[in-house]
Amino acid sequence: MTQSHRIAGGQIDRTKTLRFSFDGLPYQGHPGDTLASALLANGVRLMGRSFKYHRPRGPISAGSEEPNALVELRTGARQEPNTRATVAELFDGLEAKSQNRWPSLRFDAMGINDRLSTFFAAGFYYKTFMWPKSFWEKLYEPIIRRAAGLGSVTREEDPDAYDKGFLHCDLLVIGAGPAGLMAALTAGRAGKRVILADEDFRMGGRLNAETFTVGHATGADWAAATVAELATLPNVRLMTRTTVIGAFDHGIYGAVERVSDHLPTPAKGKPRQILWRIYTHRAILAGGATERPIAFENNDRPGIMLSGALRAYANRWGVKVGERVAVFTNNDDGLRTAKDLQAKGVDVVAVIDSRQAGELLPGIRHLQGAEVIDTTGRLGLKSITVRQANGRSEIIAVDALGLSGGWNPNVNIHSHHRSRPVYDAGITAFVPGRDGPPGLLVAGAAAGQMSTHAALKTGLDAAVAALELSIGPDLPEAEDAPIRITPLWHVAHGKGRAWIDQQNDVTDKDVKLAKQENFTSVEHLKRYTTLGMATDQGKTGNVIGLAIMAELTGRSIPETGTTIYRPPYTPVALGVLAGRSRGKEFRPYRLTPSHHWAREQGAVFVEVGNWLRTQWIPKPGETEWRQSVDREVLATRRSVGICDVTTLGKIDIQGTDAGAFLDRIYANTFSTLPVGKCRYGLMLREDGIVFDDGTTARMGEHEYVMTTTTANAVTVFRHLEFCRQCLWPEMDVQLISTTEAWAQFSVAGPNARKLLEKVVDQDISDAAFPYMAAGNITVCGGLRARLFRISFSGELAYEIAVPTRYGDALLREMLARGAEYDPIVYGTEALGVMRVEKGHVAGGELNGQSTALNMGLGRMVSKKKDSIGMVLSQREGLTDENGYRLVGVKPVDPNAKLTAGSHFLEKGAAPVAANDGGWLTSKVYSPHLGHDIALGYLKAGDKKIGQRMRIVNLLAGLDTEVEIISPHMFDPEGERLRG
Amino acid sequence: MRLTCPLCGERDRREFYYYGAEDYLHRPSEGAPLSEWDSYLHLRDNVAGVVRDLWYHEAGCAQWLVVTRNTVTHEISGVELVAERAK
Repeated sequence: MTQSHRIAGGQIDRTKTLRFSFDGLPYQGHPGDTLASALLANGVRLMGRSFKYHRPRGPISAGSEEPNALVELRTGARQEPNTRATVAELFDGLEAKSQNRWPSLRFDAMGINDRLSTFFAAGFYYKTFMWPKSFWEKLYEPIIRRAAGLGSVTREEDPDAYDKGFLHCDLLVIGAGPAGLMAALTAGRAGKRVILADEDFRMGGRLNAETFTVGHATGADWAAATVAELATLPNVRLMTRTTVIGAFDHGIYGAVERVSDHLPTPAKGKPRQILWRIYTHRAILAGGATERPIAFENNDRPGIMLSGALRAYANRWGVKVGERVAVFTNNDDGLRTAKDLQAKGVDVVAVIDSRQAGELLPGIRHLQGAEVIDTTGRLGLKSITVRQANGRSEIIAVDALGLSGGWNPNVNIHSHHRSRPVYDAGITAFVPGRDGPPGLLVAGAAAGQMSTHAALKTGLDAAVAALELSIGPDLPEAEDAPIRITPLWHVAHGKGRAWIDQQNDVTDKDVKLAKQENFTSVEHLKRYTTLGMATDQGKTGNVIGLAIMAELTGRSIPETGTTIYRPPYTPVALGVLAGRSRGKEFRPYRLTPSHHWAREQGAVFVEVGNWLRTQWIPKPGETEWRQSVDREVLATRRSVGICDVTTLGKIDIQGTDAGAFLDRIYANTFSTLPVGKCRYGLMLREDGIVFDDGTTARMGEHEYVMTTTTANAVTVFRHLEFCRQCLWPEMDVQLISTTEAWAQFSVAGPNARKLLEKVVDQDISDAAFPYMAAGNITVCGGLRARLFRISFSGELAYEIAVPTRYGDALLREMLARGAEYDPIVYGTEALGVMRVEKGHVAGGELNGQSTALNMGLGRMVSKKKDSIGMVLSQREGLTDENGYRLVGVKPVDPNAKLTAGSHFLEKGAAPVAANDGGWLTSKVYSPHLGHDIALGYLKAGDKKIGQRMRIVNLLAGLDTEVEIISPHMFDPEGERLRG
Repeated sequence: MRLTCPLCGERDRREFYYYGAEDYLHRPSEGAPLSEWDSYLHLRDNVAGVVRDLWYHEAGCAQWLVVTRNTVTHEISGVELVAERAK
């Protein structure tokens, strides 16, 4: 197809042709085009359907403020909905589709909504779907959900990578129009670290869209030369395709760089987008201004757009939007469009100027005191109806109409800290108010400084002020035209609808309805009508809506006020917020020292905290996990098993007050522990609930080694530092976490000592190294190590620790040297079976709600000394004689199954909350006992040992008779572990 | 959000752990009535304005800090080492 609407000039590379398709039809454009400019160059004005009424729509802008021309780009896994055609950079092979229409863009069945518009006014949903209440979930919501939304998302996984990055600078300049370029040049020449970010792929801002001169060059050439100079400065970072999306606390700005969106697919090794966090104490918002349309009946037809956009398409992209063009304006800027288009040879048939007087354009039909009151052309503008100053109406055939209602400074980022913009009657627009983000200055059109000269000057001045420079570069000469505007927001005429917020289909009638129902505050107006609540945040529509509300209520615009903006400035893909945190990389995980060995054995792993631990290691022929776990348990209790317990937290505690410190940390006493011994410790929170447990060894007079549970390794260390620094700073005690420094293995079973004797250099006979001994030893002929004779499994057991890098070697050495004892390595499941058999508490019991008394460990809480949680552990509610107690549970029928989470009930009691006796916290199958066993918290459980009860699980449909037994279900006398 | 640690300088919020009000520094002495413990652990003002909080530079120097900040403006007006205050 030919580019029927392409005219001379523009910043496109005509030597290269790009092929693309829209709704399956092939078109051509050039590098430098956006999808919108290329479609317009091919005479395509219709690009989408509106959200609610499915009105045919074309682009109204040439930038990121676009509410209408939302399309789907690409296909397959890279399909992306709701992309603004006005900023989508054209590339060869681009496939684009219109959305929110069926079966086609030209004929859309849902267009019926437009005929039924009286039913769909503001508040329609609130009023209509109220009753019957039960219909909401089953009927209304599914129907509304199906009809709602614009594009469709792909169901495939996103194949692209997204990155996050961090940048620091002296000055961040947001926007690279004349103000931003001048600010960056000023700071850059002064040697400051500058980041200049612009959402466009070409820097220059409006200079690229205008015919102004700056100094002796065209604006676009001056911009290009300035960018070229900045590019030579090593202290300046130029970031095109980078949208600053928000200002956050303490000088942090978020920015999204679209690294690869202008390419068919990202280059190898490159991300699609990067989320930058930019740290700076000084920033300049030079984000320009957004033109606003004028509301009148049927002002939303394809071919009607902002007057500045018509100019941009002509000047920057060499595109005439129509063959016969008119401009409707209330200010001088509209006249500029007429002059520029005429100079480009476009037929400007009329300028409809709502003002009564002013400069008359030569050679153009310039109707002063006139208004556009209606239009025709459902799929594209055909004519406009003009009411002239004398009251007569005239129909003028046109296929493009530019609207100029004045320009709104882009104050968005300045209001991200809740600064309210203030109204400037001189430019009939809101400008940045007070108390913006600290360190953020505003320059150029964003500050209401609309002329090119004012933009350059305020950009320079802002950089000088922000960085406290003595002098800036010379200002180039530029136009300094005054703003001549007579406010006109809305043409009151006829019964039809005038569109205000085109993305959310909000009309003047909706604003009138809001007024009628007393939603007159701007915040209410916004929520009631959805004005400004679409993804464009009402960049083109907001001010018109509130101006109409001001008219209706007889208030001034400053009295009416304005809503404020929140990040992001433009819509952001969720993928870039996630960055690399996807799938396995969602959060980091840690490998134990035995991981590589275990992987060689085909181990099954489980996530415990942020560790991957061996869960069990299947042997050939084992098809069920239970077969492996049962074998690991039996082999350990028969001979010897090894388990990697490196993940337990380890904290070295040293100082002359170390013992006294631990007495205050633990509920039980540690200062009396002899050197070379370890002890089980119970740690409470200050509110009296059990916090953590573990064994702590005294390695020297002033040196202890604490172990914590895997899950609490970090929180216990933090707690100890809190106590040391905040509560008892007078104590001489020092802490260091050594969790990562030591690889630690549990060696358990009747042959544990014999196996260890093969690697330990010292005498570890029962006499030399009795139960609960701890000491520094060496292994394998001199490697420093630690040995603790402690047992979680109930067997004769040790924990042996070596520096982490020797963990893998120690494991292999133990297995090789102790081969005659058939050692096995067991995982967390077997570990769990053995600890439940012994009645040791772990995760299910250490649930953050239970006391020492609940766990049957009440006597461990020493009342002879102050310790964290001691006082409150004795408070009334926690010392109930009939409160929960830890019990063991076995089914009366050995074949019956138990499930954790089941509840205790007396025989014959109805399964209701009032009869609840407690719950099962942990359940395993005990291969020794040959049936399921469990631990649980049972009310007055210590008095119910030997009784029969039921455990009920309504979710699993279980109701099983059980016997309450002591939690010490295996070797209750502890003969094995002292062996 | 940025905090200026007295030892490490200006750092990201993500390096810090937020604990709670400065009140936690004033643990009841031995023999204090339960009401004092209740107040220490549970009763807090919900201030719109300047507050003093305990933070912990977990991914940095492991120092506990008292941070003075404004919950309305988010301004941080002071960061002190708890250890220094105790001296």
